[in-house]
Order: sequence, then structure tokens, then C-alpha cells
Amino acid sequence: MTGWLATLLIFLPVAGALVVWLVPMPRGAAGSFALLVALVEVGFWINALIRFDFERQGATPNFDQQHTWFSDLNVSYHVGFYAFSFWLAGLTVIVAAASIAYAFWAGRERPRAYFGLMLFLTGATVGVFASQDMLLFYAFFEAMLIPLYVLIGVWGGPGRMGATIKFVIYTMAGSLLMLAAVIAYGLSQDTFDLIDASQSSSGWIFLGFAVAFAVKAPIFPLHGWLPDAYRESPPEVAAMLSGVVSKAAVYGFFRICLAKFPEPFDDYRTLILTLASVGLVYGSVLAFRAQDLRGVIAYSSLAQMALITIGLFAENLAGLSGAVLQAVNHGLVSATLFLLAGAIERRAATGDLDRLGGLARGRPALATVLIATGVIALAVPGSSAFAGEFLILAGIFPWGWGWAVVGALAIVLAAMYMLRVISAVLHDRRATTADESVLDLRPAELAIVVPLLALLLALSAWPAAISDHMVENSGDIPALVELNE
Amino acid sequence: MIDAPSVDWFALSPELAMLAAAGVALLGAVIVPRDWIRAFAATACALGFAGGLVAAAILFWKSGTPSLEVSDAISRDRLAALAQMIVAGSGLLAVGISYSSRRRVEHVGEYYALLATCGGGMAFLVSAGNLMTLFLGLEWFSICLYVLCAMDLDSVPSLEAGLKYLIVGSFGSGVLLFGSALVYGATGELGFAAIADATRSAGLDDDPLLLVGLAMLIAGLGFKASAAPFHQWTPDVYEGAPTPVTAFMSAATKAVALVLTLRVLTVAFPELDELWTVALAVLACASLAIGNLAALVQRRVKRLLAYSSISHAGFMLIAIAAANELGGKALLYYLIPYCAASLGAFAVVAARERELNAPVTLDNLAGLGWERPLLGVAMWSFMLSFAGFPLTGGFVGKFYVFAAAYERGWSWLVIFGVAATFVSLYYYLAVIRAMYMRPASELTLAPAGASPPREILLSASVFVAMVVNVGAFFAVQPLIDLAKDAAQSLPL
Repeated sequence: MTGWLATLLIFLPVAGALVVWLVPMPRGAAGSFALLVALVEVGFWINALIRFDFERQGATPNFDQQHTWFSDLNVSYHVGFYAFSFWLAGLTVIVAAASIAYAFWAGRERPRAYFGLMLFLTGATVGVFASQDMLLFYAFFEAMLIPLYVLIGVWGGPGRMGATIKFVIYTMAGSLLMLAAVIAYGLSQDTFDLIDASQSSSGWIFLGFAVAFAVKAPIFPLHGWLPDAYRESPPEVAAMLSGVVSKAAVYGFFRICLAKFPEPFDDYRTLILTLASVGLVYGSVLAFRAQDLRGVIAYSSLAQMALITIGLFAENLAGLSGAVLQAVNHGLVSATLFLLAGAIERRAATGDLDRLGGLARGRPALATVLIATGVIALAVPGSSAFAGEFLILAGIFPWGWGWAVVGALAIVLAAMYMLRVISAVLHDRRATTADESVLDLRPAELAIVVPLLALLLALSAWPAAISDHMVENSGDIPALVELNE
Repeated sequence: MIDAPSVDWFALSPELAMLAAAGVALLGAVIVPRDWIRAFAATACALGFAGGLVAAAILFWKSGTPSLEVSDAISRDRLAALAQMIVAGSGLLAVGISYSSRRRVEHVGEYYALLATCGGGMAFLVSAGNLMTLFLGLEWFSICLYVLCAMDLDSVPSLEAGLKYLIVGSFGSGVLLFGSALVYGATGELGFAAIADATRSAGLDDDPLLLVGLAMLIAGLGFKASAAPFHQWTPDVYEGAPTPVTAFMSAATKAVALVLTLRVLTVAFPELDELWTVALAVLACASLAIGNLAALVQRRVKRLLAYSSISHAGFMLIAIAAANELGGKALLYYLIPYCAASLGAFAVVAARERELNAPVTLDNLAGLGWERPLLGVAMWSFMLSFAGFPLTGGFVGKFYVFAAAYERGWSWLVIFGVAATFVSLYYYLAVIRAMYMRPASELTLAPAGASPPREILLSASVFVAMVVNVGAFFAVQPLIDLAKDAAQSLPL
């Protein structure tokens, strides 16, 4: 049974998607069926969490399963979860359930196509985190793009055409370089299996992978697709995109760049840390200057992903565990914020910060949820984000205090932009277009957002749940980490 | 008395099945009552292709060791059998696509007869063992295609396409013939293997006659495969010809031309591989560049697909240029999803064309995806396959092609191919964008008739093409085993 859990987690949503597409069902049924599948998926993940062996030593991941795909080049369907990828998969299923619930509540045109695509996206993303074969990884990595392309292109806002084209062009430029890198690396190792492949010192192949992940994350200066894609998507798609899909880059850096290319990883560290630091400050400043709600969240995502990258490139216990913890935090925070932004835009018919304001008065639930999420996002001491950022800064400190100073500066900037959003949406009443008739969050919306918030609070109380349960079972990583301790 | 060579009729059975079907279809046009001609001829043609498919499959199974038959003119091996299966399968789908086209009844018998004959010629060509059978097969199917392209007698573009194809195609055949003559002059041999032996034993590897002959052979085959810079006829002919013919041509012609290129170059010219691999790599780059860049600006879908087919000739030439076992496998694997996707994409265009009674452009594709979900989803899969996205066979095909180039040590070719793929995304996704993403206000294009015609055979063909195309991604192992067995017939 446990051998099948990874496969089950990948293909349950895909099967759900096929059912939604192929079986005729009334309009309302598609959404509720999709939500049911997403919740069952969460249930399976929890089941897997209970069975997960965090102490497992050696290279084999949990729920390891392998079948030959084509044997002449040693490509196989090989899936399994390491601890860090298992947390990211958990983030995926939870955010997906919340997003699907939100879409169901908000209602979407052509529901069968829509919910099928959302489920398919969920399955493909879990697949990315589970793959232990490079070609399979690449296939899932690309397969995420197909539903996203349609979800933004068909159900997006007025500027969706430009947004999708930019998104696809940036992403594919990166991924095709990665395809070349996959081929070069796989053929030189004579296997595409990530566990069997040994380490390589080729800087070019490393760069092929790194650029693809840097676009997906995104890392400055490859972030050109980000603002449009996040602004034009439906809110729940933006939640998936920033909360979950960007984490594929974290996984890639971790599982491939770090584990398989330790030498180039070392060589390019300064370059990538510099880019990440620039992106961190730049993203934070843009978030502070952005004129609309989604712009703030989008640019803060840019900054947060840069911070996570800094943690990864610290390549020590503190930095890596901080990066994974922060990846989960940021996923939950940005998903919650995007769903709240969607709720606010529905009410005020605008996301423009100049035309919002005063929503706190008479709307206590909205105010409470937004402030709580915002406070976690700005990493107030005691929050899970504080724990993550602290670990990242502690991890990067040995590489030079300058990096840590930039990171600390970003925390200050985060406080500035989050407080600005909170005040612009909830308090500042100068030019608000939202009148008294605007409703507070409805029970259904609360049922979607509060669980996410509750998870964040739980992580705040016990961040070690993730940061202490990831390095033992992570393939080649422990050996590398010990080198740097 | 002249000794007649012993004929291995079994080796010729796929061709014979298709030829017989052509004869029956032609006879039927005279004997059968007028109302039934269409159904009769189409059934005969389909049975011929089905018979050819089965015969080729049995031939594949029984021809484990390659041999030369009929006084060494025909090579009986798995390479030929696999290519014959691809041709016959393409023909079968083409019949399904053709069936409900609005063709006047006077020529419907001839149409199917020519289609079957054309398939027979292709099946003959891929098993060619010497330069004579090569030229014979080439002309056999080309002449059928010239007529098929001009089959819509009422349509000026169709006549123009037929004439253009005739002139340019004949020129290509002429170049090929001249090249064959030069090769024969240099080596004194016609058989492919014998040419290689003669080159080796006489040390002809820098003989100018042989080199010019080789260059002209490559150019002649390049015409048929529509590789740049021999591609000029492709967009006009693909656009003007009746869409089902274009569908068949884009899949089967390309397949046989490329398989033959692989066979001729590896069997007859192994001594010169330093030269022709580089030449093919250059042709591949030219095709990729021209095909992809020109496709970017097309509005008419048939022209767009024509340029896309030029770029795919480029991808497949990369596999041949790699000249290793992986390259042979890559080409033969690539052809399977490529032919399915190409036939399917033109079938969708044909369906839309019949619905609107006008040439299909990116603008009037609008809304197709929502109106006809099967065609829409299928077109999705074909475009993704062309673009080399996962979940389609096109992805695995590109992967193998690039792997073959990398194994030869040509990383630059991999990078070039990757860049070309990147450019191609723009126009493949433009098709999808046109089908699904226009605002509703743009979707009110009045169809010619009341409701779109329900064409069961066409939909079935599209469905089969989609299944092959997507199935090739999941069932890589069996297909690559077929390709491996076929590639082993060649000295790679």
C-alpha cells in the first residue's frame, strides 16, 4: 500500500480531472466533485504524513516506486518523496483544495473545463515534487504549464492575452534550456534516474537547470512575466501560481542543482546570491510602490522567493531548513492573500489601493483575517515567517555579514509594504469606493481562508515540525550539508 | 530466352494490396450504381490500406534478417516494413478524412484509386534496394500526388497547386535522376550496398563525380521531404491542394522521403559520412530557421502547418545527420506521432473548412474548441505534440532527436533545435489561442450551413490520430522497440 501512495497522490487529481471532463454532469456538480476530490487528496496526504518515515537514512525516498518507461536510455517512472518534497507536496494539496473551494464558491464559466484543469494542475504539481527521474520531472514541470496557460488565457482578466504570452515565453525559454541540460546530463550519466545519477561538475549543465528554475521562481532579472500573470489570473489561479507552482523552482534547486552539481553550485553562489539580494530589495521596494493589491502580493512574492533562494544557497543546515520552512510559509501566506484579494475585488470591484479603504469598519472578520495574515507575512517575532527568515539569515551569515544585512533590510521593507496594504484596505477612508453595503467575509469564504490561517498559526507555534524534519531523509543532501558545517 | 528473376511476392504484398484496392475502386466507378460509388470506392481504398497495414506488419514480423529480393532491387527488412505500416496507417486515416468532403461524384472513384496507388508507390519506394527502384517508386507516388493535388477541378488554387507541384516536383526528380546517373557513372553500380562496396574498394571517397552525384541525390530527396532550401513549393501546394490530400501528403510523403534518405545515405554512402552528416545538419538548420520564422507570420492555418512541416523536416534531418543508432531510432519513432498529429491537424482544418466553406484562418478558427470539444481537444494535443510538449509523442520524439545529436557530439545542433522549438511555440499556441481564448463577441461567425455537419468518419480519424499521438507518450517502450528493430536493418 505505502508503495503506491506517491502515485496515488499524483494521479488521484488527474483521474478526477478526467472524470470532470468526460462524464456529463450538471454545471454545479463539476465544482463540488472537484472539491471532493481535492479534499480526498488532502486526506491521502495526511494519511501519507502519518506513514512517513522522517528518520529514514540513505538515498531511498519514502513511498519509492519505479517502473521502466523506456529502457534503452534508462528512463523510468520513478516517484517517491523526500522529507522536503513531501512538505511541498502537502502545501500543494492544501492550497489546491482552498483554491478549488474558492473557485467553486465564486463560480466560474464553463465549470467542467475549469475544474478539470485545476485538478490536472494539482496532479502535475505533486508530480513535480515526487519525480525521481529527470525526464519525468521535466514532463511534469512542463505539464504544469498547459493548464496554467488555459486557466489564465480563458478565465483571466482583460489583459490576459499579453500575460499568457509573456508567461509562456519566459517559462519555455527556461524549460527548453533545461531540456538540453537534462539530455546532456542524462546521457553523460547513462541514466536519467536522479538517485542513480552521480554528481557532475559541468557548469553549463548546471546553468541550464538553474536558469529554468530562476524563471519559474522567479529570480531577478527573469521576473518579467510575474506582475502580469499574477494580476490577470483569476485569484485562485494566482494563489496556485505564487503559492505552489513557484515552489517547483525551490524543489529543482534543492534536488538537482544542489544535490547533483555541488561544484558549480559553489562557483555560482556569489552570482546567484547577488541576484537574489538585488531581487529581494527590488521586489520589496516595488511592493511598497505598487498601486494595487495584487501588485503588492506579486512583488512581495518576488522578494520572498529571493529570500528562499538565499537560504538554499547558504547550503547549510540552518539555511536549507529555513528555506523549506519559508517556502511552505510563503505558499500559505500568498495563497491566503490572493484569495483575500479576490474576495476584496469582488466586493469593491477594484484592487486599486487608492480606491479601497475603510473596509475594517463593520467588517470584523475580513479585518481580522487580513491583519493576521499580514502580520505573519511581515515576519513579526513569534510567527512562522519569522522563524523561517531567522534560519535563513543565520544560515547565510557565515558566507558574509553583508548578505545577512540585506536580508534583514528586506524584513523591514516587508513590514512597510504589508502595513501599507493593511492600512490602505482596512483603514484609510479618503477616497474609498466601498460603501456600507459591502458585506463582510461570508461563512463560506471564512471556511476557505481560516484553515489556511490556522495552519500558519500552527506552524508559528511549532516551526520545528518542518525545519527539524527534513534533512535526514533527503538523498544526497546530508553529506553535502556536513561539508559546510 | 531471358531468365526472369525470382520474385518474392510476399515482400511486395503491401504494395500489391494497395494496388489491388486501386483497381477495384476504379472498376467500381464504372460498374457500381452512381449513388454507391463513393461508399464503394472509399471502402475498397480503406480495405487496401488495411490490407497493406496487415501485410506490412506480418512482413515486419517475418523479416528479422534483412535481405535483398527480386534481383537485389527490393530490400526486404524491418525498416521498409515499419515505414510501410506508417504509410498504410496514414492512408487509412486519409480515407476517413476524405470521405465526407464535397467532391463531385464523377471523380470520386478516381480519387480513391489514386490515393491507394499513391500509397502503393510509397510502400514500394521505402523498400527500394537500388537507384532504379528508388526513382521508379519516387515517380510512381509523385505522379499520383500531382493529380490528387489538382483534383478539385472547380478550384483554381487546387489546379495551381497541382501544376506547381508538377513542375517543381519534376525538377526535383530530375535532379535526383541526374545525381543517380553520376553515382552510377562513378561507381558502376546501382545497388545501394554495391555502391558502398565499390566506393570502398576503389577508394572513391574524393571522386568529384561521386560527390556531385551525392549532393544531387540529397537535393532531390530534400525536395520530396520539403527541407529548406528546397521547400519553396510546400506552402503553396499544401494550401491549394484539397485538405485531405494535404493531410496525406504532409504525413506520408515526408515519412517516406526521410526514411529513404536515411536508407540511401547510411547504406550507400557510409564512406562519405563526414560529408553528408554535415550537409544534412546544415539543411536541418536551414529548415528549422526558415520553417519556424515564416510560420510566425502566417494567418492561414494550412500555410502555417505547411511551414511547420518544413521545420519538422528539419528536426528529423537532425536525427539522420546524427548517423548513429540512436538517430535511426529517433527518426522512426518521431515519424509515428508526427504523422498522426499532422493528419489530425489537417483533418480538423478540413472539418472547419467544410463548416465555413471558406479557407480557415486563425481568425475564423475562433470558438472551434468550445463548439466541437473533440476536435478542439484533439487539435490541442496535435499542437502540443508539434511543439514538443509532454503528454504527447512529440515530446519523446524531440527528446530522442536531441539525444541522438548530443551523442554525436553536436551540442550546437541541440541548442539550435531547442531555440527553434522555442520559436515554434508562438505559432502553435496561437492556434490554441484562436480556438479557445477569443472573447465571446468574436465568436459569432455564421457557418455556411445551419449546424455543423456531423462527420463520424472524420471525427473517428481525428480521435484515432489523437490516441496515437498521446499514446506514443505513454507507450514509448513498444514503439521504440519497433523503431530499434527497424533501425537495425541499417549499418549504423
